[in-house]
Amino acid sequence: MENQPRKELVVSAIENGTVLDHIPAKSVFHVMKILALDNIENQVLIGTNLDSKKFDKKGIIKVRDKFFINKEVNKIALIAPSATLIEIRNYKVTYKKQVKTPTEITGSVKCVNPNCITNNENISSKFTVLKNPDGELKLQCHYCEKITDRKNMKFI
Amino acid sequence: MKNRSLVSINDFSKEEWIKILDLASEFEKNPTQKILEDYVVATLFFEPSTRTRLSFESAASRLSAKIVGFSDSSSSSVKKGESLNDTILTVSNYSDIIVMRHPQEGSARFASEVSPVPVINAGDGANQHPTQTLLDLYSIRKTQGKLNDLNIAFVGDLKYGRTVHSLVAALCVFNTTFHLVSPVELKLPSYVKKHIKDKNLTYHQYTNLKDVIPEVDILYMTRIQKERFSDPIEYEKVKNAYILENSMLDNSKDNLKILHPLPRVNEIHEDVDKNPKAYYFQQAQNGVYVRQALLTSILGVK
Repeated sequence: MENQPRKELVVSAIENGTVLDHIPAKSVFHVMKILALDNIENQVLIGTNLDSKKFDKKGIIKVRDKFFINKEVNKIALIAPSATLIEIRNYKVTYKKQVKTPTEITGSVKCVNPNCITNNENISSKFTVLKNPDGELKLQCHYCEKITDRKNMKFI
Repeated sequence: MKNRSLVSINDFSKEEWIKILDLASEFEKNPTQKILEDYVVATLFFEPSTRTRLSFESAASRLSAKIVGFSDSSSSSVKKGESLNDTILTVSNYSDIIVMRHPQEGSARFASEVSPVPVINAGDGANQHPTQTLLDLYSIRKTQGKLNDLNIAFVGDLKYGRTVHSLVAALCVFNTTFHLVSPVELKLPSYVKKHIKDKNLTYHQYTNLKDVIPEVDILYMTRIQKERFSDPIEYEKVKNAYILENSMLDNSKDNLKILHPLPRVNEIHEDVDKNPKAYYFQQAQNGVYVRQALLTSILGVK
């Protein structure tokens, strides 16, 4: 931003909808995918590799006329725990929060264990969120007790 | 413990394990009592496990409980496509407690959460089998007079054996020194070893069974299954290396006892059976007393 003579929005403002800011640049398309934003009718504005105070490069996603439910916010938290969620109504910020990693997550991710009861009966998955010493998130299945790590996470 | 389900060994505290073991030793002295006359125990075996089912049914029968259930899902409504949820909700109308064996991991936790009556997990896939762990602890305490500060060897398939994983985790609160004997392919997984490391306990790893025998108080043998090896040549190389024969026990400690979760195939030679150090059949018998202790504690009778 410092090199820009005029303060202007790289990604234009929206009247109503949600802004996901401070997404690590490398995760922007992953977030798009898990929230199925690549497959909706709403207008979606994407910026990536933008300069950021928080990171070297950040991404931003703005979705017109869409407000995320908790289950969707949980998914964002697993992929981009640094993200900020901003809800806009009538060009004004009506709600803003830092996405927080939940301690428990229900129904968003598939258990990695094919023999887990949740993959064989009509039962919602449920996990306790654990953190590796290196900060990497992993999920322990509430039912079969197996660990699903980041690289094995399949979102439902 | 009244009305509580037992899905994983960690659902009960160490103090509660000890209470169960103490109660089990009372039942050992007096196993036939008419104290569950008014109770119905359901044994739902979605996959066959004759040994575990008979042990539970014997435990319940000796206390005069009535038993309902099935021994294999092909003879139940599961075959018609009934969900686990519906089976549990239905059977809970007919019984005061459910003992359940199921081939899928997590099934017992799920059942315990939907069932209005307590559930005892008699094995959920490769996950948990807490009553086996308790009867193993009972057998160790009975033969050694204590649970603390013992040298315990685990032999054979340490990678896939859920019995080994649960018992290792349980023993970590008793200051055990672990001796882990297995082929390289079947070493104890790191997530189980973590329990040992977290408690700063000592463990030794071996590939040779002979080395460990003179060192230990308990020799816990397990079966090595051919299908666990990706390379059949590897299996052929190791298959005879973990077979216990009577002559190998010459330098063992006097108090050594040999345990095995059974069924045995060939990993303990039959010439060991007559050695007083062989304890695996009594170990199976102890399972009845431990299950009596669990049924009566959870039903609130003891």
